[in-house]
Amino acid sequence: MLDDNQKGDDSGMNELNSFSKGIKDGLPICLGYLSVAFAFGISAVNAGLDIWQAVLISMANVTSAGQLAGVPIIVSGGTLIELAATQLIINLRYSLMSISLSQKFGKSVRFVDKLLVSFVNTDEVFAVSSSNKTDVGRKYMYGITLTPFIGWSLGTLLGAMAGNILPEIVISALGIAIYAMFVAIVVPCAKKERPVLFCSLFAIVLSCIFNYVPVLKEHISNGFIIIICTVIAGAVFALVAPIPNEEAKEDIQNG
Amino acid sequence: MVDAITFFKYLLVMAGVTYLVRMVPMVLVRGKIKNNFVRSFLYYVPYAVLSVMTIPAIFYSTSYIISAIIGLAVALVLSYFNRGLLTVAVFASATVLIVELILKYI
Repeated sequence: MLDDNQKGDDSGMNELNSFSKGIKDGLPICLGYLSVAFAFGISAVNAGLDIWQAVLISMANVTSAGQLAGVPIIVSGGTLIELAATQLIINLRYSLMSISLSQKFGKSVRFVDKLLVSFVNTDEVFAVSSSNKTDVGRKYMYGITLTPFIGWSLGTLLGAMAGNILPEIVISALGIAIYAMFVAIVVPCAKKERPVLFCSLFAIVLSCIFNYVPVLKEHISNGFIIIICTVIAGAVFALVAPIPNEEAKEDIQNG
Repeated sequence: MVDAITFFKYLLVMAGVTYLVRMVPMVLVRGKIKNNFVRSFLYYVPYAVLSVMTIPAIFYSTSYIISAIIGLAVALVLSYFNRGLLTVAVFASATVLIVELILKYI
């Protein structure tokens, strides 16, 4: 494994494995989730679910888009097949993220850790943990999944209980929270790295085409639009702007 | 209301599919991927997916498109100056609230 000789730095070798750092990195996600899950709790109870049902859905799924799409199917008595297919399509992006995140795992991450951590591999947990310069370890991953999980569950409970008390205008304002969080993840990296900026813009153009060209929008579901646009944008930029090969550095140090 | 037995069937299917989609690929992929195309692809995926999920959905996340546009502008500016996730989310929400109050009462 020493054939690709490169000088390189230590980045591939060090492993970030602090539980408290994980908790800390998860905190902004946790607080963001409080408001987003709050909105979910409100809508789930309004749709006809009990409070405990809304909370269990959040604790068992930990995914915003999938839950939002799942509740109407449940309350309208849709088939289990329909529910399964919808979740599969909307959440398929997580399989890409899981593969991607597995590449950031250091040596400390065991099989059983993957079984637990993957349960809370959300968009934000994935984006923040993989934005670390070094590999991440099991303790760090437990920290960064714990706080968002608490925020997501607690937010749903509060929203489900407070549902009808809040004025509509507040609920509307909370609706933008999760998207603002996405912006806050992408922009700092797009600022630093040109290819990321162009990849993001390219993905947005694709997304708009699929959402606004009538024929496409009518025939392709939302979940599929996300997958198609992501795969095209990722593949195009992997071809035009491949990342430098860091693997070689790590091999040298570990070998 | 959805009765408890029916609900648990739905919950099991929903959570089961969601978990498998996340867990299976993470467990199956062992060790580091060497192929540079695949590594580059996976590097771009998070940014691509978040961009696609945000636009155009963000424009329909509030009661008015105009409040969402102004909220997005605030989020872009704050993120550009490296404000944290929470700060950006709170200020974007506050902006939407203010804009919609103005639209409603003025």
